[in-house]
Amino acid sequence: MFHIYCPYCEELREEEEFHPKGQAHIARPEEPDACSDEEWGDYLFFRDNPRGIHHEMWLHAVGCRKFFNITRNTVSYEILETYRMGEQPTVGAEHLAREEKTASVQAAEGGQQTVGASDAALASVKGAQA
Amino acid sequence: MSNSVHVYDARADHATVTAESPLAYSFQRSGMPAPGEEGRAVVSERAFLGHLILRGGAIVLDEALREVLGIGLPGRPNSLTVDADGQRSVQWLSPDEWLLIVPGDEIFGLETRLRAHLGGSHVAIVDVSAGQTLIELSGEAAHEVLMKSTVYDVDPHAFTVGKGVTTLFAKTNVILRRPDEARWELIVRRSFADYVYRWLLDAGEEYGIGVARESRHEPQ
Ligand SMILES: [Zn+2]
Repeated sequence: MFHIYCPYCEELREEEEFHPKGQAHIARPEEPDACSDEEWGDYLFFRDNPRGIHHEMWLHAVGCRKFFNITRNTVSYEILETYRMGEQPTVGAEHLAREEKTASVQAAEGGQQTVGASDAALASVKGAQA
Repeated sequence: MSNSVHVYDARADHATVTAESPLAYSFQRSGMPAPGEEGRAVVSERAFLGHLILRGGAIVLDEALREVLGIGLPGRPNSLTVDADGQRSVQWLSPDEWLLIVPGDEIFGLETRLRAHLGGSHVAIVDVSAGQTLIELSGEAAHEVLMKSTVYDVDPHAFTVGKGVTTLFAKTNVILRRPDEARWELIVRRSFADYVYRWLLDAGEEYGIGVARESRHEPQ
């Protein structure tokens, strides 16, 4: 059991009241008729499955029944922020990179760390060492 | 824009047809234990109230409501506005949705006046009176019965008067609110009313829960 902050109810509510609804910020193609099958298929069926920072839609199903967005770390399950529909996230992959730079003694040892790092974060940590 | 919505009095025949509340059957089947001397919790149904769902922009609805009913929309999420004599209330349900509860015999007139005032505004008004009922819980142990039933924080210091939320209650959906110091209100779907009633009797047994007959708003 844990609590999630609903940006519409403006308070922390029990996780039982919420449902995850998949990847956020998927834009519908402006001109569907002009899409190739591949572009349309990507839009309809293909979703990111990152290790690390993920922006997701959630629904406050037993509550205000509004969709909103969550930035979540898929490795630690930590929720880094929640924000309303139409808004942009303030936390991205660079967040992990920053965290790792401060707390990554083991990452400095040859970059073999597998826990808590997205590929982008890992790359930027390596970049910082070079 | 022409207003092609058909508004009709859902209870126009209440002089000739006896209505039964959503809990009428439960009272017979599960009984109505009388509130005892030692009883610290009392449950009662306030049936046949008028429930109206308002959807639309806060500004236009607030203005119409102030004009027609004399009370405005609550300004904050999860809160409740009650009028001076405690008979009429508006509750925030979501950023564009409010629940208005008034005495049952006022609902038709109110809806008609609201629609007339709102004209062609982009709003939706739905009479849901027949779809839900209001269960009142009072007594010194009322919040203890609630604590056993919901994960929401119902400590009277946290859940202050004027607060109202939609949340989980014994695995079902309820609207839980606190119109004044002494009372808690549960608004439940008609089809879940029996379940919630029996849950309350069971959860309240240790506090000597009893059922009070409704004293206000009997249907005509
Ligand atoms: Zn919410």
